[in-house]
Amino acid sequence: MDKRSVYLDHQTTTPVLEEALQAMLPYFREAYGSPSSLHRFGLEVREGLATAREQLAALINAESPDDLIFTSGGTEASNLAIKGFAEANSKRKGNHFVVAATEHPSVLNSIEFMTKHGFDVTQVPVDNVGRIKPEDVRAAITEKTLLVCVHLVNHDIGTIQPVREIGKICAEKNVSLYCDALAAAGWLPIDVQELGVHLLSFSPHRFYGPKGIGVLYRNRKARVTSLIHGGVQENGRRAGTENVPAIIGAGVAAEIALREMPQRIALVAALQKRLYDGLFTNIDYLKLNGPVPGPERVCNQLNLSTEFIEGEGQLLLLDHSGIAVASGSSCVSKSLKVSHVLSAIHLDHALAQGNIIMSLGKDNTNEDVDYVIEKFPEIVKKLRNMSPMWKEFEEGVIDSVIAPTGRGKSFTQHAADLSGKPAH
Amino acid sequence: MEKKEYTLYNDTVMDHFLNPRNMGDVEAADGVGEVGAAACGDIMKISLKIRDGKIEDARFKTFGCGSAIASSSMATELIKGRTLEEAKNFSNQEVVDALGGLPPVKIHCSVLAEEALKAAIEDYEAKQSTVEKSAAVAA
Ligand code: FES
Repeated sequence: MDKRSVYLDHQTTTPVLEEALQAMLPYFREAYGSPSSLHRFGLEVREGLATAREQLAALINAESPDDLIFTSGGTEASNLAIKGFAEANSKRKGNHFVVAATEHPSVLNSIEFMTKHGFDVTQVPVDNVGRIKPEDVRAAITEKTLLVCVHLVNHDIGTIQPVREIGKICAEKNVSLYCDALAAAGWLPIDVQELGVHLLSFSPHRFYGPKGIGVLYRNRKARVTSLIHGGVQENGRRAGTENVPAIIGAGVAAEIALREMPQRIALVAALQKRLYDGLFTNIDYLKLNGPVPGPERVCNQLNLSTEFIEGEGQLLLLDHSGIAVASGSSCVSKSLKVSHVLSAIHLDHALAQGNIIMSLGKDNTNEDVDYVIEKFPEIVKKLRNMSPMWKEFEEGVIDSVIAPTGRGKSFTQHAADLSGKPAH
Repeated sequence: MEKKEYTLYNDTVMDHFLNPRNMGDVEAADGVGEVGAAACGDIMKISLKIRDGKIEDARFKTFGCGSAIASSSMATELIKGRTLEEAKNFSNQEVVDALGGLPPVKIHCSVLAEEALKAAIEDYEAKQSTVEKSAAVAA
């Protein structure tokens, strides 16, 4: 097959829909007023924002468009959900968070920040496919619990969480629930009322909206205090002139995502299945992280570990072949640590090092997937030829984690022996 | 937008990553060094053929990132033909310079190349001294 350009990193970000872009453009030079202004320039934009708010509220079935707060992105929305909620409620309610170990860094790091300011946290573990057990959440809730934080879809391994059950437990215990829906919005139907969440955040650039805009939903029962101080935009919950064009584009992207969701999900799930089947037929010592494609996994991604080779090399060679992917290997991260999600599911260090993430979008085709199925095995072969581990495995010095032969020591042990330090 | 080729590393690093020199194992090697990086858990192996106190051949195998592969490729290129004494003074900075620089977080990958080379020389010298000892015992 000829070289193609295949973007398989939709979980990181997506291109802006044509319809969204066209809707945004007039807001740069024609309708450029500020929605806070009282003249006709401002009022026109105010109307545009109100429409976008309705479109975005519909995507998650919010009770009212007024339940949405616009922020600069998903990360700011998580920060506001956690710190803003704590600020508004901790005096009355308590100082304890319950959080899943595999949350997005914007959630974990916001909570870590709060622990430096007198808050406590209990991390709930996940099983080997990343599932949170609702009963573990129940057990972690104390009298002091202020907020439970769980994600709807894992940003790394695609696990869909039992948020509705967790919502019931929180209702029973009279504790508020914040759900990070960053990796879910646009790819899974979301109904905040049915889920029983009090706060929920998402980011439109994950479903063909623009960057620079995030959304925090909070229902009437959940008060949040602004973290950004200034004027009284967003009803005093987020100061600063709104990023109008981005909000307009996000609204259109949300409306189309809602309308086209059944077709998008069907298309992308079929590609996911094709990719999964093709790769597993053609590559040995390959492991899927997270649940198998189906009702427990989001439809648009695969998180894979290829044994005996490292992830950055795979990413670079794929990129060289025109295929863009992500990786959770320590060599890819600026902190030189493997993805905390892979650690939380107790993935062997060697497999975490061999990790890559392929995430599909609505514009990918069968040809794209077939191209990846053709190229990736060649890349794996090239890297295994270069890897001392592969030969040492063949010679029985080290063993495979994925399909143990009973000969040789584990790679992780081998690596620790060589570096004189246990691998993290 | 103008179509430029964007790559994570500079052209020299990319070239050594995509077309590694001296990849493989030296047959009946005189010295082999295999080391692990404490930072990221990656592994590099260098094997040497030594003749008359000189490195005649050097090959590598690497389980690691792009700059680790490029570093091992470059290191084996640089040390071929050097005397053991010269090779013992080999430093990762030479690899970094020859590659036209590495990102700061990737310097440790070049250190891995230095360590693998030195481990291979040690292995050779350890074998030599056992050979000498057994020769002495025989005599
Ligand atoms: S070898 Fe792991 S970062 Fe380079």
